[in-house]
Amino acid sequence: MTKITVNLITGRTIQQGVSMEAGKEKEDYMKSCGIIELDAVDIAKLGIWKNSNVRVVSDFGSVVVKAIEATQGPHPGLGWIPMGPWANMVIDTNTYSTGMPTFKGTPVTIEPAEKETVLSSIDLVLNACKE
Amino acid sequence: MTQLVTDIICPFCGTLCDDIEVEVSDDGKKIIKVTNACAIGAEKFLHAQSPDRIVRPRMKQEDGSWKEVTYDEAAKYTAKILCDAKKPLMYGWSSTSCEAQATGHMIAELVGGVVDNTATVCHGPSLIAVHDVGIPSCTLGEVKNRADRVIFWGCNPAHAHPRHMSRYSIFSRGYFTTKGSKSRKIIVVDPRPTDTASVADYHIQIQQGRDYELIDALRVALQEGPLPETVAGVPKEKIYDIARLLKSGRFVTIFFGMGVTHSLGKNHNIDIAIALTADLNKYTKAAIIPMRGHYNVTGSGQVLGWQFGFPFCVDLSRGFARYNPGESSANDLLMRGEVDANFVIGSDPGSHFPFKSVKVINELPSVCIDPHMTPTVAVSKCHVPVALVGIEVGGSCYRMDNVPIESRKVVDPPAGMLTDGEFLELVLTEVQRIKGVAA
Repeated sequence: MTKITVNLITGRTIQQGVSMEAGKEKEDYMKSCGIIELDAVDIAKLGIWKNSNVRVVSDFGSVVVKAIEATQGPHPGLGWIPMGPWANMVIDTNTYSTGMPTFKGTPVTIEPAEKETVLSSIDLVLNACKE
Repeated sequence: MTQLVTDIICPFCGTLCDDIEVEVSDDGKKIIKVTNACAIGAEKFLHAQSPDRIVRPRMKQEDGSWKEVTYDEAAKYTAKILCDAKKPLMYGWSSTSCEAQATGHMIAELVGGVVDNTATVCHGPSLIAVHDVGIPSCTLGEVKNRADRVIFWGCNPAHAHPRHMSRYSIFSRGYFTTKGSKSRKIIVVDPRPTDTASVADYHIQIQQGRDYELIDALRVALQEGPLPETVAGVPKEKIYDIARLLKSGRFVTIFFGMGVTHSLGKNHNIDIAIALTADLNKYTKAAIIPMRGHYNVTGSGQVLGWQFGFPFCVDLSRGFARYNPGESSANDLLMRGEVDANFVIGSDPGSHFPFKSVKVINELPSVCIDPHMTPTVAVSKCHVPVALVGIEVGGSCYRMDNVPIESRKVVDPPAGMLTDGEFLELVLTEVQRIKGVAA
């Protein structure tokens, strides 16, 4: 199975903001934040269709999200998951004595996961707590 | 007949837009329409009216289901877990009023808690940098009226602060900037070509995490010093051009966001950005402003500052205020297992903390005060829904430039629902009773 490595950053999108205010337990929040934006070049390297599910893995955890083509690109080698519980499954937890986890600049590998599902924010957190 | 309520403050982001208009039903109970707000702000007003809104406190049962309780019962549970704990974490505070924050801090003092706000995952490094080197800053009004060189460094206001550009920083027409965006040169530094970059004069696509190097190179370029061929992926000619462009301006403003605070280097990235601003003042007038997220995260820093002398991660467990980011900050405490109860108000760490911290919250005695259902609620033992500040109750808030603004009430909260301040008063009374302290 093809795997690629990218540098992951997180942050706000307007869809993340609107869906967050509309209710984090709702499907729209999952559709806005349970995604990874990848450059077209990286999607081609991964050998997947756009809008199919992938597993993102880092030294700090793993999560299944939907891979979409970058809406604010091009940025080859850079992955983008909007801020939220999906991103926070894999970001670098180190604060280096500042209090601030390293939300930007986490190396992650991405592999196709078409048969796995993207969970809602509540299910994602509660299921992971049981593990 | 509907009524139009004008000059409403938007309780979403640190821009605190103060020109929102809301059409409400004739009995003043229902919001019909929101105008002037951005898409996110409008959604916040409209979601307050959601028919599935949770309106009563509830406790989680053994089987994971919720059982409705009274506000008094919820306040007693909250007071008990805080008083029983040796070191409770009291986190959030950024989506509530300064008045509620002050009441909460009285509770924290009595129970010996650690008070941390959302700056800890937002602009905490900026606050550390301000301790290190100070900050030459200004108000957003000065930006609107004077700034002819505007830098957005590691921030994307088109998505995070949607009306910032039109009200203050790019398109607004001010006293000395009468032609709006034509009066200004806009520079965006971001590893992605963002939607903000698309309306800028210059986009510098920096290599992610190389902010310190590029800012340092700009400081060299201001003095026409030698540079290598590229710095952080940016050709040296472009760096010299930007430095000359800044020096030629009458008023430079640097806005910076999570791109610098979340990347490695953290507070040091901001140290040098402030040093660049100070350098620019040798040639022209320059100021720097952090793009604050929650509408009252700045206020939380202010209130903590007045009361304890520090703007976030204040540890009161020894009976006096201590401050040491990395030690007394929320994520470090949670991930090291150093707190034994968790209290959340006006924020959602369940969504915005690394999962390793969220898992710890799930195992602690915990309460979450939040109008809505969130992942934090899902991992907490007690959920206390409250009225929304800025929509259902007024209160003081601080804009990102440290200007205090009084938010307004637009409609009544659902019948029987308490505000943050009223619930915290109940908890304070109960804590005073348990501790045997006179009110």
